[in-house]
Amino acid sequence: MSRQESVTTHTLRLELTDEPGELMAALEPIAEHGGNLLSVFHERGNLTPGGRIPVEVAIDCPAGRFDDVIEGLREEGVTVVAADEEYYGEAFRVLLTGHLVDTDLSATLREIERASTVSVEELSLSAPDGVEAVSSAYLRLGARSGERGAALDRVREIADAKGLTVVEPLEASS
Amino acid sequence: MRLAIVGAGAVGRSVAQLAGEHGHDVIGLADSTGAALGDPLDVPAALERKSETGAVGDADHDDLLGAAYDVLVEATPTTLGDAEPGFSNAVAALDRDRHVVLANKGPVAERYDEIRAATRESAGELRFEATVGGAIPAVRTVEDFGPSRVERVRGVLNGTANFVLSRMAAEGLSYDHVLAEAQELGVAEADPTFDVDGTDAALKGVIVANVLREARGEDALSLSDAEVAGIEDLPVSALSLAGDDGRTVRLIAEASPEGVRVGPRLVPENGTLAVTGTQNIVQVETAHAGRLNLSGHGAGGPETASAVLSDVGRLPPR
Repeated sequence: MSRQESVTTHTLRLELTDEPGELMAALEPIAEHGGNLLSVFHERGNLTPGGRIPVEVAIDCPAGRFDDVIEGLREEGVTVVAADEEYYGEAFRVLLTGHLVDTDLSATLREIERASTVSVEELSLSAPDGVEAVSSAYLRLGARSGERGAALDRVREIADAKGLTVVEPLEASS
Repeated sequence: MRLAIVGAGAVGRSVAQLAGEHGHDVIGLADSTGAALGDPLDVPAALERKSETGAVGDADHDDLLGAAYDVLVEATPTTLGDAEPGFSNAVAALDRDRHVVLANKGPVAERYDEIRAATRESAGELRFEATVGGAIPAVRTVEDFGPSRVERVRGVLNGTANFVLSRMAAEGLSYDHVLAEAQELGVAEADPTFDVDGTDAALKGVIVANVLREARGEDALSLSDAEVAGIEDLPVSALSLAGDDGRTVRLIAEASPEGVRVGPRLVPENGTLAVTGTQNIVQVETAHAGRLNLSGHGAGGPETASAVLSDVGRLPPR
């Protein structure tokens, strides 16, 4: 599962005209330039003011080839609206349980965020039996596209070191 | 078919009672102390004797294992490690070229390669539908698609743990409280350790993984190869936080050719896997046919006996 160091993940916002085959034509230059398609979010039915269809794609490609991919797309007449906005592609939830407060919850969260691929976007804490008892935290985390597995591994390591239990999300599909 | 049944717990008893309805004769029934033989066996009399004296009969186990049956139904309690006496009972029948139907998980979870080797040497066949998901045809579904075309099987495979989690979430009651309630209702056993610590679900996962691995030419796994976590330490606050976000926690078993993992997992509250009460669900992911969901009763005497008897129905005549 580990990706080679030299491969990077990027997101692109494209706009396509509403014609058959348009999406396929837009995706071809990505593969041609060594890009590996991770996901396509095709907002069909949701038109831009110009009557075009917004599409968001996430890709992996060898470091340094990303500009070639964009150039290739533009050569094919595809409108590239945005490339690589600061973008956290996958939000996911985890539960942490145990002596969260005694083991310094804020330090735990800082450690999770220090793993560069993860951001803590939301936190709910429930300690109905007081802060010295077992409590639960529900975290909404963001990871860059395709890096959820690594992010979860990191959360698990941090929790293990503090004797906390992690309830992980079940992937929707393989 | 002529059946000999080893094990007179809830499952063995139900098999004996329902066999006639399926067109089979019972010619022997054994419990932990002795055996009763007959041609056919008077099942009600043997069971009455068991409730009065604690034993179905005073014949030897060896007489039962050597009797003129076509199918040995192995329904003794699942044991870990050497999986005895279930393993030796099954091998004794295979050595005599008889069919074996297992309700006991031990032989296929802990010694799969060995029992398969004994089956290859035998003119008898081995079936074990009842070991995974009770009445749910999990093993058969995998077999029908072809285990090499099944990529992963996952689901809720323990009704006791599922009952506890769904009650905790619905009522906001603590683990200990709900478990005591489950014991009063007869949903949980007096010693529910293997249900709540994930062992039982893991055994089922290992059995499925072994079927998937066998089709790919890989060695079998045993319980010690599985990654297992239970639900004993889960505070009710965890379930209420998950519920606030439309999610809940279920004890999920995942089996693939790579291995087995069991643990509490976050799932959508109204999703397919969030079955409630003692229900089980098995989700089969296939290479070409997408995903199948099979839910139903994962335990219980008549339910599990029904799986045993459909296995018997699939055996070739001798």
